[in-house]
Amino acid sequence: MSDVTTYSVTTRTRASVVAGLIALALAVVAVVLPAFASRALIQDLFFILTMLSLAQYWNLLAGYGGLVSVGQQAFVGFGAYMLFGPVILWGLNPVPALLLSGVFALLLALPTAFFAFRLHGAYFAIGTWVVAEVVRLSVAMWKDVGGGTGTSLPREARSEMWGVPQIEAMFDVRTSAAQDILAYWIALAVAVATIGGIYAFLRTKRGLSLAALRDNAEAARSVGVDAARIKWTVFLIAAFGTGIVGGLIFLQNGRISPDSAFSVIDWTAFVIFIVVIGGIGTIEGPILGVLVFFFLQTFLADFGSWYLLTLGALGIAIMLFAPRGLWGLISEKTGLHLFPIQRRLVIGPGRDR
Amino acid sequence: MAQTASQIAGSGSAPEPAPDSAPRILSLTGVCKSFGALKVTDEVSFELPQGQALGIIGPNGAGKSTLFNLITGNIAADAGRIEFLDTDVTRTPPMSRCLMGIGRSFQIPQPFDKLTVFENLLVAATHGRKLSEREVGSDCAAILDRTGLMRVANSPAGSLSLLQRKRLELARALATDPKLLLLDEIAGGLTDAECVELVDTIRAIHRGGTTIVWIEHVLHALTSVVERILVLDFGRVVAVGPPDEVMASKEVREIYLGIEV
Ligand SMILES: Nc1ncnc2c1ncn2[C@@H]1O[C@H](COP(=O)(O)OP(=O)(O)O)[C@@H](O)[C@H]1O
Ligand SMILES: [Mg+2]
Repeated sequence: MSDVTTYSVTTRTRASVVAGLIALALAVVAVVLPAFASRALIQDLFFILTMLSLAQYWNLLAGYGGLVSVGQQAFVGFGAYMLFGPVILWGLNPVPALLLSGVFALLLALPTAFFAFRLHGAYFAIGTWVVAEVVRLSVAMWKDVGGGTGTSLPREARSEMWGVPQIEAMFDVRTSAAQDILAYWIALAVAVATIGGIYAFLRTKRGLSLAALRDNAEAARSVGVDAARIKWTVFLIAAFGTGIVGGLIFLQNGRISPDSAFSVIDWTAFVIFIVVIGGIGTIEGPILGVLVFFFLQTFLADFGSWYLLTLGALGIAIMLFAPRGLWGLISEKTGLHLFPIQRRLVIGPGRDR
Repeated sequence: MAQTASQIAGSGSAPEPAPDSAPRILSLTGVCKSFGALKVTDEVSFELPQGQALGIIGPNGAGKSTLFNLITGNIAADAGRIEFLDTDVTRTPPMSRCLMGIGRSFQIPQPFDKLTVFENLLVAATHGRKLSEREVGSDCAAILDRTGLMRVANSPAGSLSLLQRKRLELARALATDPKLLLLDEIAGGLTDAECVELVDTIRAIHRGGTTIVWIEHVLHALTSVVERILVLDFGRVVAVGPPDEVMASKEVREIYLGIEV
């Protein structure tokens, strides 16, 4: 057609190729890790991976979608209960039941969004929290899963999970250690799928329109961006993912109660801390943030309420002095982007992205 | 068709020759808008034949930009009716009006600051035309070429100068492939050479069949493109007709006394 110049579009940078290769190598190491690692390390990594996934979903909502929810514990808790219910009542295998966690969290997200999307800014945040409280109180009346005091998964349900006997045989470990390894592997798969999925989404035209809406909502609407649809999309994705992670966390825990499953501190405050300290609105930020959070928790956990105060003070300090978080500081200094989404127009024939 | 635009406006300008026989693309009937006690759009009615270029002039604060916002849906009309391609769009949200074919520039540029110039166009082209990135890539590149933005294609829009931002407004509106293009003061502050270039670009767009409404204070640029001029003052249409007749009328000369004619 046009014989003047040809163009191609790329998002790839040298840094992103290197980062991709390193990520691949890390993933391989992570998969085979249970062969050498101690059980304590596997448990720590499980914690890190699940918090990382929760943080990525909250970041997608707030950092990319501008939807500052403080009610994500609704999806963690509801997802977890929708795993416990079918496993306890119908004897469903817990591994496939994780899918139910996601699906039910998605179903809960429909009325939640319908209600909360009528609210804006701080009212949206409060609205999501109210929904979480309502769900917590409702679940506390569900006698079959322990009502207000909670319940445990049957021992056999966990020891007979898909994969547990095989892992016992493969690594020659006891059942409880095999359960940890299985949970770790699932958490790893979920974290990789979460990061990969969010990155892929951000590179679509809908992902691009998220950035446009964030920069200038009025102009975005005037060029045909469907703001309502994209908000729904982001909210539902986040709910589904958060529900699965919630199911997984409590599957590994083995015990559930309304207070722990719907804890605003554990599943929202800590998650916000991770995202803010690492760098909101980037994929790299929550990865860095969860590591900082883990080390702070490990070293400060003995100090009780001082631990929470330190986290709070640190979070506020970062918000004031480095609003783009630790990763923001790093990428500002180095220009580094490990997950680039910027499309560059390159003159001359080139490979398509 | 019942009335021509000039009859509705009742300004005494002569009716136009050819273009009125073309089917109308846009029609406003008794459109009103107030901000508090301030009536910014007062019973505005006019029709726009398909393919025409219409200029809008009037003093600052006359309600020109507000009229655009009413046509695009960024502001809701208090009363009256707006039709685009014979569909009532008075209550249609801006996103849908864009998809129907209304493209606009903002007087105060509203770029997506953190996106690159090229990405600004990509958003508009993929969403405004419901196409994939792959399908619109070369069109966006061609628009960048045409609007002189190719050099800054990969720069964040937030880093552009004011003049470049105004070009981006035009480029982004073009990327939605509009049937009706609304341009709000994009020639202010240009050098003579740049102005000639801009006029050439807009002429070419117009020749391509796009209907244009252009708000502009740089009258010589405007009159070298448009076939008809509409004059707004205090939210009312005071004159509409061919440029030379409108500019010669007594009312308009009074409003524009002391302003470049
Ligand atoms: N969103 C708004 N809220 C209140 N007043 C407004 C708003 N937009 C415009 N106005 C007022 O309406 C009048 C017309 O503005 P505008 O349409 O921008 O005029 P023009 O483009 O002809 O200079 C001005 O007095 C302006 O202050
Ligand atoms: Mg104006």
